Amino acid sequence: MGGEEIRLQLTFWELMVNTWFVMAVLVVGAWLIGRRLRVDPPYTKGQHIAEVIVVAITDQISEISGGEAKPFVPFVGTLFLFILAANVLTILPDLGGSLFGFALYYAPTAVLETTAALAICVFFAVPIYTVALRGVRHWLKGYVQPAVWMLPFNLLGDVSRALALAVRLFGNMMSGAIIVAILLSLAPFFLPTVMQAFGLFTGSIQAYIFAVLAMVYIASSTQVVDQRTSPSKTRSIEKELQRP
Amino acid sequence: MTDTLSIIATVSIIAAAGVIAIGGLGPSFGQARAISQALQSIAEQPDMSNVITRTLFVGLAMLETASIYAFVIAMILIFANPFWNTMLRLTQ
Repeated sequence: MGGEEIRLQLTFWELMVNTWFVMAVLVVGAWLIGRRLRVDPPYTKGQHIAEVIVVAITDQISEISGGEAKPFVPFVGTLFLFILAANVLTILPDLGGSLFGFALYYAPTAVLETTAALAICVFFAVPIYTVALRGVRHWLKGYVQPAVWMLPFNLLGDVSRALALAVRLFGNMMSGAIIVAILLSLAPFFLPTVMQAFGLFTGSIQAYIFAVLAMVYIASSTQVVDQRTSPSKTRSIEKELQRP
Repeated sequence: MTDTLSIIATVSIIAAAGVIAIGGLGPSFGQARAISQALQSIAEQPDMSNVITRTLFVGLAMLETASIYAFVIAMILIFANPFWNTMLRLTQ
């Protein structure tokens, strides 16, 4: 049961430095691209990449929310890009851990604290978006939706899905890190490489799933309200307003 | 005291193996059903493959949560066992 090689926890500063590293990669990348944004061609390569990413995120969000995507793109897109960068950067060799005993690079998403913080962001984003888009009354009414006695179950559902978000991402990323560590002691060189390549795939999928689930929670919270206040009526009114 | 420690270690290891075995079984059956149904739907309606694939991924993530819980508990039992640590602290 001695766990010197396989670590389940990072110290505070290891976690902070790893998170700052991911943030630095994202910020420097965004700065390098954003410095030379142009409206007219010729575009830089970076602008093409950034536009592909932003358009893909916007399309996915508008498919899920069924229409408007603009208010959700900053929040959900940031979650997706942060988790994706954190997961994909695990291809970096674990230099710090083998040289100085300071874990770098260790994916911050493979630590429960980080995923819990992200899940808490989603937990608070759902009511904030609902209140901002539909109003306080609609948000509070959503808790007594089918009937009043469903209130405790709705509250419980809110907490448990935040918990599930945190544990899902943490479990997937930690399992990847641990499997690589175990295989390194069993069959070095070949198998760990294959598992790390598989870990890149899992990491991308998990980033996508985290963002999609966050969006689904936000969309369901804002749409439940829509159905209750006679959807046909509101939609026809909206169509009338959009007509010139 | 060493006897108690070894009993705790044995029970923890057997429990961890059982947790991951049983906990992996159910979700994998469920995921197999979900994937086969989704493939059938895509074969019937290729136009809707975009929506079906997205829903499939989200559903698989939901199913996977159960086995991830089992995995986390198995990892806690092996690498961060609270009973083992308490027993070690008491004996020293």
